[in-house]
Amino acid sequence: MASQLTNGRRRELHYWMRLTRTLDDRIIKLWQQGRGVGATFNQRGHEAISVGAGAALGPSDVVAPMHRDLGCYLLRGMTPERLLANQLGRATSVTRGRDGNLHGCGDLDLNIIGFISHLPHSLPVTVGAAMSFTYRNEPRVAMTFVGDGSSNTGLFHESLNLAAVHNAPFVLIVENNQYAYSTPLSQQMVIDDIAVRGRAHGVRAEIVDGNDLEAVYEVTYDAVERARSGGGPTMIECKTMRMLGHAIHDGAGYVPPDLLADWAKRDPIDRFEATLLAGGLATQEELDQVADRCRREVAAAVEYAEGSEWPDPATILDGVYAE
Amino acid sequence: MTSSDSQTVAPETPAVESKVMTYLEAISEGLCDEMRRDPDVLLMGNDIGGDFGGAFKVTTGFSEEFGDRRVMNMPMTELGFIGAASGMALFGLRPVVEVQFADFISTGFDSIVQYAATTHYRWQAPVPWVIRAPSDGGIRSGPFHSQNNEAWFVHTPGLKVVAPSTPVDAKGLLLTAIRDDNPVIFFESKPLYRSLRDVVPAGDCAVPLGRARIARPGRDISVITYGATVHQAVAAAVELAAEGIDVEVIDLRSLKPLDTDAVLASVTKTGRALVTHAANRLGGVGAEIAAVIVEEAFEWLDAPVARLGGLDIPVPSSPPLEDAYRPDAGKIAASIRRLVAF
Repeated sequence: MASQLTNGRRRELHYWMRLTRTLDDRIIKLWQQGRGVGATFNQRGHEAISVGAGAALGPSDVVAPMHRDLGCYLLRGMTPERLLANQLGRATSVTRGRDGNLHGCGDLDLNIIGFISHLPHSLPVTVGAAMSFTYRNEPRVAMTFVGDGSSNTGLFHESLNLAAVHNAPFVLIVENNQYAYSTPLSQQMVIDDIAVRGRAHGVRAEIVDGNDLEAVYEVTYDAVERARSGGGPTMIECKTMRMLGHAIHDGAGYVPPDLLADWAKRDPIDRFEATLLAGGLATQEELDQVADRCRREVAAAVEYAEGSEWPDPATILDGVYAE
Repeated sequence: MTSSDSQTVAPETPAVESKVMTYLEAISEGLCDEMRRDPDVLLMGNDIGGDFGGAFKVTTGFSEEFGDRRVMNMPMTELGFIGAASGMALFGLRPVVEVQFADFISTGFDSIVQYAATTHYRWQAPVPWVIRAPSDGGIRSGPFHSQNNEAWFVHTPGLKVVAPSTPVDAKGLLLTAIRDDNPVIFFESKPLYRSLRDVVPAGDCAVPLGRARIARPGRDISVITYGATVHQAVAAAVELAAEGIDVEVIDLRSLKPLDTDAVLASVTKTGRALVTHAANRLGGVGAEIAAVIVEEAFEWLDAPVARLGGLDIPVPSSPPLEDAYRPDAGKIAASIRRLVAF
């Protein structure tokens, strides 16, 4: 199938990947400097998946990203200011200090569903969202992201089966990054491809290079439009590598250095920039300008978040229930 | 109202007569009324659709009227379909989920307590679903078809928990639960399903959540309870009236929010309190109520606050064992006599 991406769109997606990397790197610095609150999770290596898959959705579609999908939150309109304020537990944040880092960063105005630490729970919730679109005959699609770890749970299977039985307009992105915290794939499953788990339930399943932005976008776009037109759910296994620890505290000494070195050569942003340069779609100067813009935006977000008020303990009871 | 009432005017919609119906029929009518009123209300559960109409036949005929689209038979995956109910609720629908027995709700536990219960506090999105949970025993159904596990959910911030004891409340509280913008666990009492009949108002008879009722007024002691145990307490009260003991029975109706005002109003009047429920006693809802009474009404008490619950064992099957497990009118009366004699 011919690429759906225009050159202008390619440059936009490059910006979102670069912004994701810049914000992620800045967050790591903040934590190293002791300016962070609680835990935070690393994004490096996942940028092409979170941006490429997220970009394939239309504005009325909904998405439940997880903790490696900063790029998806950003391109769906959640600003670096609000996201960083959430990382720092401020009153101005998405969750008003109720939940930390990217957890709970849901906003129905942006059609983003928040996740919980029990990551596979975004699966049935998103299938339910998709079923609600069918119920109301709305041409909308629901997408979620999980990792290789979640694919081992019963809920993964329950959700894919439910999506299949109801032919739900549902797209599942599995970010197979080789490790569930410290546990390698070899200790999680004996199959080579998680995609077979989708196929076992009668769900169409694709496998894609998760470090190739265009490939992720194309396969996801096809899945989204197929779902929208009544073609049912698709699961997409994106093969990638988590390039840093599970969370900020984790040095990931358990990952063989050779494996990381090998994947470092396939960095999703480096690769996409090389493609843009080789195709004459951008100059180095333009790429540098994007990087500068991202640095400025992230600096402004840090200033905003660190300057934001802490939540007032007098409001601690607010919002447990919808009134 | 009599036929000679000259003030009577024709209502805009044809009046439906109030009818005598069972507790189960009242639930069924509440569901049906609400589905007719609100197209966003739909049902999910195991075996609820088609001609079958559910394990207890609450949804008999529903598929015919509302179609499979609104009466959704689910694969046997409570964790998955309760999670899906949350997703539907986030996008404006009002799913009413039937778990076949309250005992099976544990298979959907994470979807309830981790996801649905926390969502509004975390990111301010309402999750308006109801889970109907047929609970309670006395029907010789053993450890996995007899449980009263409401305490799990009362302990969970973000949920509401309801436990009607009469046909009127079963319908009225169900209407309110469906219209509530929060996740509500609706504990139905299996032993009452077909044993209890009453006149149930036609149409909208919504009962507010969080408001207890006085099932029987009295002056000497307050028995605070809910669900089927309300009827055991009333039977004990009738028995004790012959002995000159005037028992007030408070039917909580909602366990979360809890109507502590009603509990305290009764106890400060009577000076004695017995809290009783069919669920096992340790860590049960009764422990919380007893603590509230002691904290808030200590100076009014003429006797210790007593608790009477199920034993701390899995619910046994065999009749003599199950009878020994459960509170009943006789055990309630014995507890009351001890408290009154204190």
